[in-house]
Amino acid sequence: MAGLATAFGSGAMTNSIKEFAKSKCLLVIGSNTTENHPIIGLQVKKAARSGAKLIVANPRQIDLCSMADIWLQQRPGTDVALLAGMMKVIVEEGLLDEAFIAERCEDVDVLKESLASLDLDKIAEITAVPLAKIVEAARLYATNSPAAILYTMGITQHTHGTDNVLAVANLAMLTGNLGKESAGVNPLRGQNNVQGACDMGALPNVYTAYQRVDDATVKAKFEAAWGVTLKDKPGLTLAEMFGAAHNGEIKALYLVGENPVLSDPDARHVEEAIKKLDFFVVQDIFLTETAKLADVVLPAATYAEKDGTFTNTERRVQLLRRAFEPVGSAKADWEITCEIARRMGSGGFDFRSSAEIMDEIAKLTPSYGGISHERLDKEGGLQWPCPTAEHPGTPIMHKEKFTRGKGKFTPIKYKPPMEETDEEYPLILTTGRIRFHYHTGTMTRRVKGLDKIRPEELLDINPVDAARLGIRDGDMVKIASRRGALAVKAQVTARCAPGVVFMTFHFAEAAANILTNSALDPVSKIPEYKVCAVKVEKVVPASVMESGEAVSVR
Amino acid sequence: METINLTIDGQQVTARKGATVLEAAQESGIYIPTLCHHPDLKPFGACRMCLVQVEKMRGFPASCTTPAGEGMVVDASGEQVQTLRRQVLELMLAEHPHACLTCWKRERCGPTDTCLRQVAVDDRCVTCPKNERCELQRVSDFLGIKEVRLKSYRRQRDIDRNPFFERDHDLCILCGRCVRACQDIRNVGAIDFIYRGHRAIIGTPFERPMEETNCEFCGTCVDFCPTGSLRERAFPFAGVAERQVRTICPYCGVGCGLVLEIKGDQVIRVHGDREKSVNDGQLCVKGKFGATEFVHHRDRLRRPLIKKDGTFVEASWDEALGLIAEKFKEYQKRPQEFAVISSAKCTNEENYVVQKFGRAVMGTNNIDHCARL
Repeated sequence: MAGLATAFGSGAMTNSIKEFAKSKCLLVIGSNTTENHPIIGLQVKKAARSGAKLIVANPRQIDLCSMADIWLQQRPGTDVALLAGMMKVIVEEGLLDEAFIAERCEDVDVLKESLASLDLDKIAEITAVPLAKIVEAARLYATNSPAAILYTMGITQHTHGTDNVLAVANLAMLTGNLGKESAGVNPLRGQNNVQGACDMGALPNVYTAYQRVDDATVKAKFEAAWGVTLKDKPGLTLAEMFGAAHNGEIKALYLVGENPVLSDPDARHVEEAIKKLDFFVVQDIFLTETAKLADVVLPAATYAEKDGTFTNTERRVQLLRRAFEPVGSAKADWEITCEIARRMGSGGFDFRSSAEIMDEIAKLTPSYGGISHERLDKEGGLQWPCPTAEHPGTPIMHKEKFTRGKGKFTPIKYKPPMEETDEEYPLILTTGRIRFHYHTGTMTRRVKGLDKIRPEELLDINPVDAARLGIRDGDMVKIASRRGALAVKAQVTARCAPGVVFMTFHFAEAAANILTNSALDPVSKIPEYKVCAVKVEKVVPASVMESGEAVSVR
Repeated sequence: METINLTIDGQQVTARKGATVLEAAQESGIYIPTLCHHPDLKPFGACRMCLVQVEKMRGFPASCTTPAGEGMVVDASGEQVQTLRRQVLELMLAEHPHACLTCWKRERCGPTDTCLRQVAVDDRCVTCPKNERCELQRVSDFLGIKEVRLKSYRRQRDIDRNPFFERDHDLCILCGRCVRACQDIRNVGAIDFIYRGHRAIIGTPFERPMEETNCEFCGTCVDFCPTGSLRERAFPFAGVAERQVRTICPYCGVGCGLVLEIKGDQVIRVHGDREKSVNDGQLCVKGKFGATEFVHHRDRLRRPLIKKDGTFVEASWDEALGLIAEKFKEYQKRPQEFAVISSAKCTNEENYVVQKFGRAVMGTNNIDHCARL
């Protein structure tokens, strides 16, 4: 999101889901849309069937590849090089939208300069994509307008994720694919309310709607509204918190509805950090792997047991409606937090309903200014910015001008992933999700049908690598990185390129994040889940390792 | 919007240009029976239930495939049309259980009552999972079928089961809605018509189990099935929902509208919201089949837990919150040692309250959630 904020002034999907069906060209990069966002996948398929050009860039052969006009199978972690190659072709062949660039953007010369020194043959070599394909993709994208770019964690979960995003933004601006229908730069958000959590200021450096904590006027506004003095120094990010806990700098943690022991990279490190805390409170619906480490666990209500709003990936604020009383004595998370605050003698937490909280949010948050539960109930979802009660919401952003004024081009610099393969760890592990499960499996593993369809972790490995290692489909293998090792069943499939293996992180018994690298992108602080060096070996049946048993090498 | 005028059953009707006769009738509140028609699918014209008579047109065209024309005079409920529909339906019912459909006592008969006419269980409507939700029932009642004069024929195939739904071939009327939904809406094409003539059924390639096809288990086929042939395996006999709650799916960032069908304190079914939603009624496997089982799961945390000597002990809210408030107060003096992690699974309101708590009460900006994961 930091990348898009730099380029456009606002980090969110620029367009809306239903517009994709009418795009003339779709570039799907680092997103397995039909598995992870099936309903957006439907729109992509709809567009492809009605004649739109579909370009898929993915190291794995995902379902969409079968419908694609071109499939660029780049080596994991080389997206910037690939996008730079496309941009160079566009600039050299004069396929850019000069009028749009002149009127709406700035610093295009800086970008052109950085492209000039690039060697296309070198790019083909780095990315392992034939040059002809890069050229064809560039032409398709630049000449079929409106063209939309869809991306997800395949772009962001790298140590150079911000550079990836900036490259995507550059590409869209070069071709004038912003501020109009069915175009744009569209990061598809993974979790139901990750957009909302960001909008609401559950971030170390901003209040609601990305109002900076180090901005004196913003600080004064919130101090007046909340009747307290506030800090102007940004706090620690999630990964930094666990680092600080490890060093003993953070001593108490209040965690609401997350499972970092499974979801965070280098999971062992997180677990150790949590064990060092003096006081740890967890609020969740289940006793998760993380909650088991807590001093106090509070039972929270599920989505079906509370009212409130979620903001989806296209910035649409939508109303949840309570269907049941919570089980046992569980309470909605907001009720619990308010109760703690009240017991600590703090004012400003006397909300009687989530609708009242939304009214306070609307007062302090320009982009949510016109949103209320009453309106959402009557009109359906509203897309922010929605500043006033009469405003119909904003399906397409940056229409007349960018949020920051002019769209900013950023020079391209390609950096290899933090961890490269070597003789000891010759394969690249990339991680992701599958359709039948969700994140750490807290919810989906408890749905019988889903667990029956996909009961266990499978390691996707190319037949070439499998043959070399003597692995057959269904064999138990040991996979190890520099941080840990685990046993998992192999699935031999050509969906992965030779040299690349794939795993999900849904299964606690084979938690991929024991292996992953916690190296962070310096700007966005997103960890590098998508590239880590591993070795795979066949487990002899007589081996002491049981299925899924994790072995620490620390 | 350009409009055209026509007459249906003597009623002056205005329809948008390009509408079919069926759509023109439906938009003006005139009921024409349909089975293979679904508003999300292209017209198919297979079931012949929507036959009408149009002045100056030969024969009996299917209204779902006939474009409405200016000045058309349509007879959608005349005796001749109704008789024809009845005869077609009789053909269908000969291959479908119908003892209850033609029984005058159906209204007074429940699933646990002994049938006084000695009809087999699998020939009765009251023992069908789709009872009272069945479109075949509705059409049959509308046409007033009194008897089926043809010899009864059953396909007598095993019920195809997968973890989420099942297909009873004896209840299938071969309307093709599931096939078309799978192909045209989902672009998956896991199923199709297989075999010919009276042996025709809906099936998978080589009749392999669904798990071995490219089926994504989105459940659209189940939602679209007009009869009891395709049905969810959870709560098969729960019947009609007592209430429906429109809410938002808790899984990914697409934010699909869900409709929870509830009976007592149980969600008996889920379907996609068609009104003002991003998903137009479509869902994926997690939304359709995986969004409610965990809500009342036995593993749910029901009471606060406090760890004492390494093990969790159930506590009252009062005790747990008291302990937390007391401990947190210590950190108010040392806010740099305190951190808050919020959640992308919680609502906006909850995230707002949590960050306000961290900042205003605890005095720290150490607030984050898993946006980056």
